Amino acid sequence: MDFARHVGVIFGKDLHAELRSKEAINASLSFALVILLLFSFAFDPTADETRDIAGGLLWIVFAFAGTLILNRSFVRELPNDCLDGLIAAPISSAALFLGKALANFVLVLAVELISLPIFGIFYNVRWTQQWWSLLLVMVLATWALTVIGTIFSALTVNLRIRELMLPILVYPIMIPALLGAMEVTGPLIAGKPLEGDLLMGLRLLVGFDIIFTALSVWLVETILVG
Amino acid sequence: MSDAAVNCAGVWKFYGDYPALRNISFEVPAGRCLALIGRNGAGKTTLLRILAGFSRPGKGDIRILGNSPRETATRHRIGFLGHGISIYDELSALENLRLYARLYNLAQPEKSAMEWLERTGLVHVKDSLVREFSRGMRQRLAVARAFLHGPTVMLLDEPFTALDDRAIALLQSLLADALSRGSTIVMSTHQLREALELATDVVLIQRGTVAHHGPRTPEMLADAGWLYRQYGEA
Repeated sequence: MDFARHVGVIFGKDLHAELRSKEAINASLSFALVILLLFSFAFDPTADETRDIAGGLLWIVFAFAGTLILNRSFVRELPNDCLDGLIAAPISSAALFLGKALANFVLVLAVELISLPIFGIFYNVRWTQQWWSLLLVMVLATWALTVIGTIFSALTVNLRIRELMLPILVYPIMIPALLGAMEVTGPLIAGKPLEGDLLMGLRLLVGFDIIFTALSVWLVETILVG
Repeated sequence: MSDAAVNCAGVWKFYGDYPALRNISFEVPAGRCLALIGRNGAGKTTLLRILAGFSRPGKGDIRILGNSPRETATRHRIGFLGHGISIYDELSALENLRLYARLYNLAQPEKSAMEWLERTGLVHVKDSLVREFSRGMRQRLAVARAFLHGPTVMLLDEPFTALDDRAIALLQSLLADALSRGSTIVMSTHQLREALELATDVVLIQRGTVAHHGPRTPEMLADAGWLYRQYGEA
């Protein structure tokens, strides 16, 4: 019971602080929209081409834009040594991690959900045909991104070159999840139902989420305290 | 196992190959106030951070009230005031204290937060963002944060450094009050006069080792630099 409450307190604090400053979400959203706009000018794709590149394009944009939010996750605790206050508090490191991961998840998913209709307009795509399946894939892949990003944000928080280190560490580990998400997203945007081969990509995302959430929860105390 | 409030047994801490702490051992019985003194780089902050559970010793054992400092039940009873104030600039004073009250599972977070805002003279700015506060106000809020949950072991790293007169008076009265209620205090400090007025015991750390451990004596109180001179640190 305490665990869930502590997760909620950290989640609320991070979300409240971010919505008050809007530093990370503004940067992430601007980045996502600019990249989508630039790609639309660069390629001017036909409907068939769009269907082929949609999954890859969207998840590259989401991953890059998401990292801007994830970078701030533990950096937010550096001024005034706020991380010390959280480590000293009688909450488990796992609750601290999950609270932060959930706040990041909501912020990254919000950026994705705002970017998706813009993508539809720029590329002239009816992306709503398999909306609920697409949302499920977005939720699973976004959780994968936020779990990996949050744990590596904790690991790199005391490094001087953390902004550089986080993407270098996160993207290689994210490859299986990104491949799964890209493989499923393109056909869903093209209107194919979530069945047959597409379910393989979904299973990959579920497995990735379970394994890396468990690993992160297990390792976070060691990462924070040694 | 000793029933001391703070027990530090054979503690070593390495940064790479460099031993920042070398076989540190001492006990602080409940209700005592230990002043941890030493020059810059002696290892006081490293030791206090290990006592508070922020990092683990390379070798040796730390017990706070008989348990590991990383145990949740132990952390309920520790109050830490370090170099940083552990207060969020983008939250208001009330939001900060309410956050910590919730993390410490206090029964009435709002009420506890308001009580401490009144006690530290910050109730009139309770809804103002901390980033708009003066340095003295931030320090008083940090003191409130450290005492909010009624800790029985206080770990203080340079608590008087950079405090204004009002904050020093507040902190001294809170510490004296805590001692009178049987709380235990370990504080590292360079401000010997303020610390020695409260201290019942003194540990001098030199290059990561305990050079002296004993009760505070009248000589120390009369001449704050006396102990340093005894150990060749003029």
